[in-house]
Order: sequence, then structure tokens, then C-alpha cells
Amino acid sequence: MIKYFRSSVFLLSTIPFIFITYKIFLNKLGPEPIKEITHHTGEWTLLFLIFTLAMSPLKQITNMNIWISVRRMLGLFAFFYASLHMLTYVGLDYRFDMNEISKDILTKRFIFVGFAAWLLLVPLALTSSKKMMSVLKQYWKKLHRLIYLIALLGVTHFIWLVKRDVTEPLIYLLIIILLLGFRIKFQKTS
Amino acid sequence: MKKFKYSEITPEKIYNKRRSFVKSLGFGLGSLSISSLSLINNAFANIEENKPTSFKDITTYNNYYEFGTGKSDPYLKSQNFKTKPWTIKIEGEIEKPLELSIEEILSSFPSEERILKLRCVEGWSMVIPWMGFSLSKLIKKVNLKPTAKFVEFETVYDPEQMIGQRRPILNWPYIEGLRIDEAMHPLTTVVTGLYQKELPKQNGAPLRIFIPWKYGFKSAKAIVKIKFVKRIPNTAWMNASPREYGFYSNVNPNVNHPRWSQATERPINGDIFAPRIKTLMFNGYGDDVEHLYSGMDLKKYF
Repeated sequence: MIKYFRSSVFLLSTIPFIFITYKIFLNKLGPEPIKEITHHTGEWTLLFLIFTLAMSPLKQITNMNIWISVRRMLGLFAFFYASLHMLTYVGLDYRFDMNEISKDILTKRFIFVGFAAWLLLVPLALTSSKKMMSVLKQYWKKLHRLIYLIALLGVTHFIWLVKRDVTEPLIYLLIIILLLGFRIKFQKTS
Repeated sequence: MKKFKYSEITPEKIYNKRRSFVKSLGFGLGSLSISSLSLINNAFANIEENKPTSFKDITTYNNYYEFGTGKSDPYLKSQNFKTKPWTIKIEGEIEKPLELSIEEILSSFPSEERILKLRCVEGWSMVIPWMGFSLSKLIKKVNLKPTAKFVEFETVYDPEQMIGQRRPILNWPYIEGLRIDEAMHPLTTVVTGLYQKELPKQNGAPLRIFIPWKYGFKSAKAIVKIKFVKRIPNTAWMNASPREYGFYSNVNPNVNHPRWSQATERPINGDIFAPRIKTLMFNGYGDDVEHLYSGMDLKKYF
């Protein structure tokens, strides 16, 4: 049962990647293709961060451990889409022009927080294995609480980038705050 | 219909580049669409800054918040917008206020083709074969009072038809404006069409303004009022975020924007491998317009 659940979650998680690849190869990205890829991978990064954060509340609500079995995978997918997002910006958009990119990071606050969020994801991805978990022991949990900060940085990145209509990023923010609130409440009652 | 010479309208540097590009391919302007060469032509087009953007991209990728904030919203949601009948009020600091119907304007001021580059503040650009005439021709017909220092353009307010106006995304109606000398500059164009056709609704039909050396949002669409005023107008984007959008909003690669790079831009052409190009001061029209700003600190008056 768990095995089937995990493979289905894996397959579902690759759909956004397959979808954008299909659009790239069939030239279906419209007049500004690089922006399309950047937005698509950025949105899916936020969604996967939310999915990852939702697993433990789902476990509490349903009293089922099955959710925890896919949490690491979802977190790694968040890192995967975040890295695609970064690579699109660094490679496709700016052609690895490190001069321009470092100027952007230092002068544009939305890029600064976005970059910071991605950097913070790296140690989490590197220590995601069971082995690292037993090596780090009690520190592992502390380290991986960074995911909340990363999600907040990610959504700030989105809010600061929007020109005028902040409805969509505010919906993401609300969901993240709810998930964070659930965690705080649960910790107090248990 | 008189065709505007490329060299008069297109920034000269780009114009010259265009000629050498055409020559290098070994065929003249008239035979650009030789079908067997179209692939090569397309490949080169990606690095060719001054090739007009396709009609499809110009008419389906727009910022026109009156019809929604998505890029395809204007195209999708403006098709039932009524542009007839249409009158334009001309008022303020002039001897005799007047009202002109769109038909009167179209017949009194013949339109010509003007291929001009549009640079959006969001960091993308298009080359658009507009149809239009210099605003100065219209201004010369009305007698300005010496107190007229600025001109204000007002877009129609009609939330029944313009669904984007039902939400307070901007302070409706959309107001834009220019200093009188900017308005009198021959490159400041009253636009009535594009690609030799009637102006599509998503591009600001029936009548809009276009100022090629300023960021695109300065060029108000669906204008119902042209008002001459004493004081600097409170324009829509300046009103929304004065830190980000100044009254002048001249294209200027040296003035940083918190969100978008203004040093480079992406020409709209749907090509994933097309590189960014350098943004030019005044969008490449510096030789024509820089005298308007001599002695001004353009970092302060951005």
C-alpha cells in the first residue's frame, strides 16, 4: 500500500516537469518563453514547499503515518523545482553573466530573498538521507525546521516581484501561515 | 498614404544595422519572405533587433489593466468593447474647449506608418509598425494659453465593459501626462492603427498615444480626454508607487528598478534562445530627444 502510494506521488510530482518540457519542445510557451519557464518552476517550487509542510498536519488530522513516508520526496521535489527555477534565471535568462547576476542579487530585494531561500534549501537536500538523519541526531530536526523560513522567504520573493496585483502571492502566504500556526498549536497541546 | 521614412522614425544606429543585416543576407527588403530562406531568416531575426514583432505577439501580449492584469487578458476580454461612437474632449488651458469625434480626427489628421520601438518597464520590448500622426499637429489646431505647461491623457472609465476597472488595481480612470515640449515633439504619436490596419481593441482602440522614448505605461490607451493643465499631472503609476515610477519615466538603463533590470531587455519573439539586448538611453531615440532634458538630473527626475 505504502509502496503504491509513494510511486504514485513520485509520478504525480514529475508532471509539472513533463508539462514544461513538452511546452518547450513543441514551442508552446508564447511570446516570452523564458518568463513562462521561470514562473512555472517558481510556482511549483512554492507548491511543493507547501505540500511538504502539509504532511505532518495531515498525519495529525487523519491519524495516518502514510503522509510522512512521502515528506522527504516532496521536499526533494521542492529543491528540484527551485533549482530549475534558479538555472532558468542564471543560465537561460542571463547566460551565466555573473556580473549582471550579482548586481541583481545585491540591488533587487526580491532576487536577494529568492537566492537566499535556494541557498538554504541546499543543506536540507544534502542532509535528507536516513544516514544523515542518524549522523545529525537531534540537530537534524532543528536544521530541517529551516523549511518554514525558506517557505516564508519564497513567498516574500513572490510578493516583492509582483507589480500590482498581489492576490496570488497572498494566497500562498495565507496557506503557509496556517500551516505554521497548526504546527505551533499542535506543539503546545502535545 | 505617405510612408514615414525608416530613418526618420527608427533610431539611426538600429536602422543602419538593419540595412547591413538585409544586405548581408543578399536580398532586398522586397524579397524578405522567400520561402526557402524563411528558416534562415527566422534564425537571423532573433538577433535582429529592429525586425517588427509579429502581429500575433503585438496583439496578444499586452499590458492593459483595464481588461485584467494577465498578458493575454486584453486580447481575450476586450473584443466586445465598443469603440463607436467615440468622442474626445480637448479642454483645460486652451482658448476654446472642444469635442471631436473619432471620425473627425481620422479625417483631419492623415495617419502614416511609423515603425517605433516599445520598451516596457518590465524589461521586454517590441518593434511595432504603428499608424498615426504627431500629436503636435493636433495641438497646433487648438490655441494653448501660456499657462498650459503639461498635458494630461485620460482613458475611458467604463467598468461595465472594462472588467479590470471593477477592482481597484489602479486609481481609475488611468491618467498619463507629458510636459508640453515633450507633447510637441514630432515623435510623440497619436496612434490610430498598426500593421496598416485599424487599431485592435487590446492595443488601445480607437485612439491612443505613443511616446517611443518612454516606458510603455506612459502611452495611455482608449483616450477620451486630452486636458492641458498648469501643474504636473498625478499619473496612474506614479500614484500607485511613486518610488518606482516617476513622472518622466524615460527609458534609462542607468536608473535601477527594484524589480526589473533596466540595463537589458528581452525582445518579444517567442524564441527561448534569443539573448537579452542592451537597453539604450531614451530607447535609442536619444539623438532626437535628449535636448528636451538638457541640464536635468535624470536620476533624480526619473
